Amino acid sequence: MIEIGIEHFLVVAAALFVIGIFGLFLNRKNIIILLMSIELILLSVNINFVAFSRFNGDMVGQVFTLFVLTVAAAEAAIGLAILVCFFRNRGTIDVEDVNVMKG
Amino acid sequence: MSVADIAFYAFALTTVAGGLFTVLSRNPVHSVLWLILAFLSSAGLFVLLGAEFIAMLLMIVYVGAVAVLFLFVVMMLDIDFAALKAEMARYMPLALLIGVIILIQLAMAYGAWHTSDGFQTRLAAPIDGSVENTAALGLLIYDKYLILFQLAGLILLVAMIGAIVLTLRHRQNIKRQDILAQMFRDPAKAMELKDVKPGQGL
Repeated sequence: MIEIGIEHFLVVAAALFVIGIFGLFLNRKNIIILLMSIELILLSVNINFVAFSRFNGDMVGQVFTLFVLTVAAAEAAIGLAILVCFFRNRGTIDVEDVNVMKG
Repeated sequence: MSVADIAFYAFALTTVAGGLFTVLSRNPVHSVLWLILAFLSSAGLFVLLGAEFIAMLLMIVYVGAVAVLFLFVVMMLDIDFAALKAEMARYMPLALLIGVIILIQLAMAYGAWHTSDGFQTRLAAPIDGSVENTAALGLLIYDKYLILFQLAGLILLVAMIGAIVLTLRHRQNIKRQDILAQMFRDPAKAMELKDVKPGQGL
């Protein structure tokens, strides 16, 4: 039986990252799912950080995870605020309608 | 197979399944719930890795705050999600292609990856077995990375103010309570006594 090593966690993180990218391309119209896909990508990065932190024995990886978590929370809050604002003005959240600044 | 191995495979499977159904689900409310499942099971993975504090933080910040925020927004906005999902099949081939390409790139990167010699001597903050995870993290962020920690707090403050400024609006045609007007109201001027004679109107 194979011991659970860093490779296992890297595979999970890679799968989650690819699912996130897949979701970005699949849900081109729905900004809410796009934001959720970005959260998934950041989560996979966090898994990588913590796995390397654990298996290399360096605490800094977990400190960096803390900062990634902060930025992810801030990004979700601002993104959803912009989304609510945009929906109030335009009545839709379709990404392809976001073209008022095109000129 | 030990209990930790079984736990790892269970958490890994639910994490990946949660992520997959987040992007594939037809109903955005279900998407948010799948996202919560992915976050919870990756918190389990972090516990297996010995990062308890990050795991609890993931539950509090992601599940308690971010996912609930998503849920509020999904339920607050009146959107025809069926129309948005209708074109999903159109983007499927491109999405699969990009996904496979990135998977191959990651496989190549991980296949060729190995740690350099003597990395143990170059660790910034080696994990000390005698200090538990939360205490070790606290010793680091309140000492060595204090400025960065404060800046992270500043980012959250800016995000909070930005979200309030973006979503706050003053509507014109509604009645609001004016507390000063209530406080400075003078009873003498508020009503007027009229002496109405019997049999006559005003």
